[in-house]
Amino acid sequence: MAQGSSTEAFVEFERVQKSYDGEKLVVKDLNLSLPKGEFLTMLGPSGSGKTTCLMMLAGFETATHGEIRLDGKSINNIPPHKRGIGMVFQNYALFPHMTVGENLSFPLEVRKLGKSEREQKITRALDMVQMGEFKNRRPTQLSGGQQQRIALARALVFEPELVLMDEPLGALDKQLRETLQFEITELAHRLGITVVYVTHDQTEALTMSDRVAVFDDGRIQQLAPPDELYEKPQNSFVAQFIGENNTLEGVVEKIDATSCLVRLDDGEVIDALPVNVSKVGERTRVSIRPERVESNLERLHPDAHTLPATVQEFIYMGDTFRTRLKVAGRDDFIMKTRNAPDQPRLKPGEQIRIGWLAEDCRALDA
Amino acid sequence: MNITRLLTATTALVATATIAGAESHVEMANEMTIVSWGGAYQESQRKAYVEPYLEANPEVTVTWDESSAEAVAKLRAQNEAGNVTWDLVDAVASDAMRLCDEGLAMEVDHDELLAEAPDGTAASDDFGDLIVSDCFIPQIVYSTTVGYRTDNAEWEGRTPEDICAIFDLEQFPGQRSLEKRPIGNMEWALLCDGVAKDEIYDVLETEEGQDRAFAKLDTIKDSVIWWSAGADTPQLLADGEVVMGSTYNGRLFSLIAEQGQPVEMLWDAQVFDLDGWVIPEGLDEPTLNRVKDFLHFATDTQRLADQSKYIAYGPARQSSAPMVDKHAELGIEMAPHMPTDPANSENTFLYNYEWWADYRDDLDAKFQAWLAQ
Amino acid sequence: MTHSATTPPEQPMAALPGGEVTEGPMLAADGTPLKASLKRALRREKLRALLLISPLLIFILVAFVGPIADMLFRSVENQIVSETLPRTVAALRAEDTPEGEVPDEEVFAQLYTDLVIAEEYKIHTRLGSRLNYEMTGVSSLFRSTGRDVGRFDTDIYTDQFVEAAPALEDPANWVAWMEEEAVREALPLTADAWDEWVTLTVEENEDDPLEEDVPDFVFTTLYRDLTAGATPPDAFPDVDVSGFETVSIKALFEDSDEDWMDPQLWQLIETYSPEYTDGYFLNAVDMMNGPDGEAQFRPDDQRIYLKLFWRTMWMSMVITFSCILLGYPIAYLLSTLPLRSANVLMILVLLPFWTSLLVRTSAWKVLLQQQGVINDTLVWLGLVDNFNRLQLINNITGTVIAMTHILLPFMILPLYSVMKTIPPSYVRAAKSMGANDWTAFWRVWFPLSVPGIGAGSILVFILSIGYYITPEIVGGTEGVFISNRIAYHISSSLNWGLAAALGSILLALVLVLYWLYDRIVGIDNVKLGG
Repeated sequence: MAQGSSTEAFVEFERVQKSYDGEKLVVKDLNLSLPKGEFLTMLGPSGSGKTTCLMMLAGFETATHGEIRLDGKSINNIPPHKRGIGMVFQNYALFPHMTVGENLSFPLEVRKLGKSEREQKITRALDMVQMGEFKNRRPTQLSGGQQQRIALARALVFEPELVLMDEPLGALDKQLRETLQFEITELAHRLGITVVYVTHDQTEALTMSDRVAVFDDGRIQQLAPPDELYEKPQNSFVAQFIGENNTLEGVVEKIDATSCLVRLDDGEVIDALPVNVSKVGERTRVSIRPERVESNLERLHPDAHTLPATVQEFIYMGDTFRTRLKVAGRDDFIMKTRNAPDQPRLKPGEQIRIGWLAEDCRALDA
Repeated sequence: MNITRLLTATTALVATATIAGAESHVEMANEMTIVSWGGAYQESQRKAYVEPYLEANPEVTVTWDESSAEAVAKLRAQNEAGNVTWDLVDAVASDAMRLCDEGLAMEVDHDELLAEAPDGTAASDDFGDLIVSDCFIPQIVYSTTVGYRTDNAEWEGRTPEDICAIFDLEQFPGQRSLEKRPIGNMEWALLCDGVAKDEIYDVLETEEGQDRAFAKLDTIKDSVIWWSAGADTPQLLADGEVVMGSTYNGRLFSLIAEQGQPVEMLWDAQVFDLDGWVIPEGLDEPTLNRVKDFLHFATDTQRLADQSKYIAYGPARQSSAPMVDKHAELGIEMAPHMPTDPANSENTFLYNYEWWADYRDDLDAKFQAWLAQ
Repeated sequence: MTHSATTPPEQPMAALPGGEVTEGPMLAADGTPLKASLKRALRREKLRALLLISPLLIFILVAFVGPIADMLFRSVENQIVSETLPRTVAALRAEDTPEGEVPDEEVFAQLYTDLVIAEEYKIHTRLGSRLNYEMTGVSSLFRSTGRDVGRFDTDIYTDQFVEAAPALEDPANWVAWMEEEAVREALPLTADAWDEWVTLTVEENEDDPLEEDVPDFVFTTLYRDLTAGATPPDAFPDVDVSGFETVSIKALFEDSDEDWMDPQLWQLIETYSPEYTDGYFLNAVDMMNGPDGEAQFRPDDQRIYLKLFWRTMWMSMVITFSCILLGYPIAYLLSTLPLRSANVLMILVLLPFWTSLLVRTSAWKVLLQQQGVINDTLVWLGLVDNFNRLQLINNITGTVIAMTHILLPFMILPLYSVMKTIPPSYVRAAKSMGANDWTAFWRVWFPLSVPGIGAGSILVFILSIGYYITPEIVGGTEGVFISNRIAYHISSSLNWGLAAALGSILLALVLVLYWLYDRIVGIDNVKLGG
C-alpha cells in the first residue's frame, strides 16, 4: 500500500493464475492494474483467458493463485453479489419473466431501496439509453439492440463504479454494433465509470478503449493504447492479431540502436526497426502494415533497400487500391495505396519494386 | 316383408342344412382355443385330460388363453365385435350363469352331451344339483375356506374351532384377510351373528339383515386386509402379515403341503363354489363338434377323478369321488384334502347363485360404500 | 444514405417491371387470378401434408377418437328396453297408467308377446340384468318368468280356435291369409305376431314354419283382435269368440311371480323405456331416478362415487405435489452437473421405466408391509415398537408412496429439459446485481423453471388420475381410485354403461382442470423442453 502506484490503481490483478483441471493453466501469472475511470478492453482469440479473467473479477470463478484487488481491498473471498460490480452479458441475460422496468428494479430491490427512489433511478437509467418508453415491455418484445441497451441500463442503474462487459455486442449486426460502441464509450466517459470490456473484435477494441490488453495463451501479450498497439506491436502475435499485416522472415545481418538490416530467406536485404531482436544472426519475423508499403520509390530515402515484386492482383476498393504482390517467394503480400491521380493502376504480371521506411518495418520475434 | 319368399328360401336352407348336418357329424375342426385360469389349475387340466385327449387325437392342436378371470367381460366384448375367438371357456358357476343370461353361452343338453357314469347313471343325475345353469358343465367343487397360522404367540395355544373365530378379536387377535366382495363374507357375518344357516338368504334379503351383516363385519373392519387375487392370502399368511385369512382351499393346500408353512385349514362353514365349462354361443359346426367331442371325454368319471391327483379340488361327479387317488407328485392321499371329504364337509355352504344374481349389484354398491366409510 | 437518394422515387408503385399497369385482381403469369392459383398451390401442399399424417390420423381415429365416442355413447345408450319389449313400451305409453298402479290386462298381453319372443331369442335375461342395476330382483324375475312364459295357459285359445275352425291349425293357410292386405289390416296384432314368429323361426331357429305348430301367442293375439271387434274378410275363417273361455294374462304373470304386481317395477320400465337415459350418469354421481321420476340422491349406504372422485382428485394432487418436492432438486442437480455425470444420474432416474410396473409395485409391497423391510429396519433401530409396526401399505400412504415413485420420472424429465434451457448467465446476472444465492434462485431461476413444473404436474396429475394397477395392489380400501371402480364395472359387474359414465365424467374433469390450468397458469407456459 505504501507504493504510490498501487493506491492509484482501482482494479488490480497480482500474479493471478487460474487452472480448471489442475493440469493446465488457463491464466498464467497475470498482472494488471487500471486506474479509476479507465476503459480497458481485453482482446484476444477464444481460449486466450480473457473471459476467465473477467469472471474472476466478477467473482464467478476463483483464482487458483494470486490476488485480485478492487479499490485497494482484496476481493478474493468476497462473493459476487457483494462486490457491487455491474455486468453486461453477451446474450443480455435480461430476465424474460420480468418487464423492462422490473428487470431494472431488481438490483435496486435487493438493495432494499424505497419505491420512489427506485422509480426515479429506473427512469433516469432508461432515459440514459433512450429507452424510456419501453418500461412496461417484456424483453422478448424488443430487438437485439434494444435488449442490449436495457442490459446496459440494468448494469448501470445501481450506480456501480466498475462495469464488466462480456462481448456485449457480439450478437448484433455491424451497423448497430458501431452505433452502440459509440454510445457505450460516450456513456462510460460521461459517468466516469471504470469499464473492463471483453471482445474478440479488434476494431471494437481499438475504437472504444483507453487501453487494450491483448491476450494470448493465458498471458497479456501487450497492454497499450490503441494507436500504440497498432503502430508499435511488441511481438509478432500482436502484430498479426491487430489490423492487417505483412510478414517476411529472415536473419538479422546488421544491427544498431535505431535500425537493422535483415536478409530474407531468398537473399534480398531490407531495412527494419529492431524491436525484439538484439544480435546479428538472430532469426526474425518482420512486420509491415500494407498502407506503409511504397511503390513510388522517389518518396523513399535514396539509400533505402528495395525489393522486386510481381503484381498478382489489383483490387479497386473505391477510396483505396489493394494490390496483391509476390514478394520474396510469398504471394500474399498486400500493398494498400490511396486512390490518387498520380497513383498507377497496376496490372497482374507487372514487375515493380517496393520499399518502406525503416521505422515502419518492425523486426520482431521469429 | 314378403313372408312367402322368406318361407321358400328357408325350406331350401333347412334342406341343405340337414344334409350338411348328416355329413358334418364326422367333420371336426382341428384347432381349439381353451380359456382357463393359468397356473396350477390349468396345469391340472392339461395333465388330467387335455394331454390324454391330444394323444388320442394327434391331429388336434390346443391354444390356451389364461383369461378366465375376465371371461365374461371379454366374451361380451368379442361378441359385440362379432368375432368370438374362444371355443371353450372355463368359468366359475356365477360367471357361467351370467354368460347364459347374456346369451353369450350355449345351452346344452347334459345327458346328450356328456358321458354316463360307469354304472349307467345319466350325466345329469351324476352331476346332480351342481348343474346350476343350462349352459354350465361342472368340473370341480372348490371351496373358499379359512387358513390360520399355528404359531401365533398372542393366541396362547388356542386354535380356532369354527368360522366365527374370524370375528373373535379377543381370542384370536391379529390381522385377517377377507375377499374384497360381499359374497361369502355377508353369509359368514350373519352366521356368526346367530342366524340359522338355512335362513341366511331370507335375512340377507331385508334391509335390516344387510345392516346386521355389515354391523358384524364392522367389528373387525380395522383388522382386515381385503384381497382380490387368490394368491394374496397365501402370501400374506406366509409373510406373517395376517394370522388368518380366507382363500380357495387348493391355494391353502399348496401352502401347507407343498411349501410346508405353519398353517392349518379351518374347514368349518367353507363355502362351496363350482368351476366348469361353458361353450360360447355361435361356434361354427366343425368347431362345435370338436368341442363336444372333447367335453365328452374330459368330463367323464375317470378324467375328473384324475384331475384331483394334481390339485386339491373335488370332482363334480358323484361317481368320481371313490376314485380319488394320491397326489401325482407328493404322493399324499388326496381324499382328506378334498372340500367334499366327509370330515371336512360337516358344515358347508353352497352359494345361492340365483339370489346373488339379483342382489349382487345392490349389495356390491353397499359393500363398497361400507368399505369406503 | 446519400446513394439511395439518387434513385428517383417518382416511379408509380402500380407499374410492374414490364411497364403495364394492372387493375382489378392480380393475375398470375398464366393469366389466372393470383388468388386462385395461390389457393391451388396451397391445396396441393395441404393435401400432401394430409397424406403424410394420414397413418397417424387414421390410427388416432380408430384407437382414440372412436373408443371415446363409443364410451360417450354407451354412457347414455339405453335401447335395450325398447328393443326387447317394443310392444309393452308402446302400450305403456299409450295407456298412461296412473302413478303407483300396475298397468292393466292390455299391457300384460303385449308383455306376453314380447317376452315369448325375447325368450326365444334368449335376450330377456340380458334385459333382466340391465334392469337389475336399477332395481334388485329384476334379474331373477325375468329369468324365472322367461322359463314359464312358454308354458302359460294361453293354449286354451289355441284349442278353442282349432276346434271352431280346424283350418286355423295349418300354417300353410296362415301364409295365404297373411298375404292378403285386407286380413292384415283387419287383424293388426295378429299379423304383427305372425310376422315376428315367422322371422324368428326362420332366422333364429332355422326351421321351416310350415312344419311347425302355430304358437299360442299368435292365437292369443287373434283372440284379442277379434274381441276388439275386428271383422276379417271372408277368406279368413269366421269364428265367434264371444263364447270362448278366457284367461287373464295379468293373472298368469302374477302366478309366475308376484313381483310383476309391483308398481315400482312398472315405474322402472317406463323410466328406462326411452332410447337414451341419464340413469348411468345419475348413478355415477350417487343419484338415481326416484319413484316419482325425479333425480334424487341414493341412500347414504350406497353413495360411493362422489367420494371416490374426490379422493382420486386430492390423492392425485398429493402425488403430484410429492413428485414436485422430490423431483425438483434432482432435476436441478441434473441440469447443473457436467454432461457426463448428468447422464449417469439420468440413467438412474430412468431405471424405473425399464422395470415392469407390476414388479415395481409388488416390490413396494415387500418393502412396506408390516413384516416388511422398512418396518423391520425401524424395529431393529428401535424407532418403532415391534407390536405397533407402522401401517404403510393397503392404505393411502401405500398408494402415495408407490405412485410417487412410479410417476417421478414423468416429473423429472420435463423439469430437467426446461431447466437445461435456463442459461447460467441469468443467475450470474442476478448475483452481479447484488442478489444472494437464495434471491437469485427464488426470483430468477425458479420462475423460469415454472413451465417445467407445469408440464410435469399436468403429466403426473393426469396419469395418476387414471391409475389403476398400483392402487389396486397397494391401496387397500382407502387408497383406491375411481379407475378401480371403472375396472370393476367393466370386468366384474358388466355394467358397462355405468363404467362409461364414470369414464366420461373423469374425462370431463380432466378437461375442466386443463381449462382451469390454462386460465390460471396459461398453457403457453407449459414446456417439455426447448
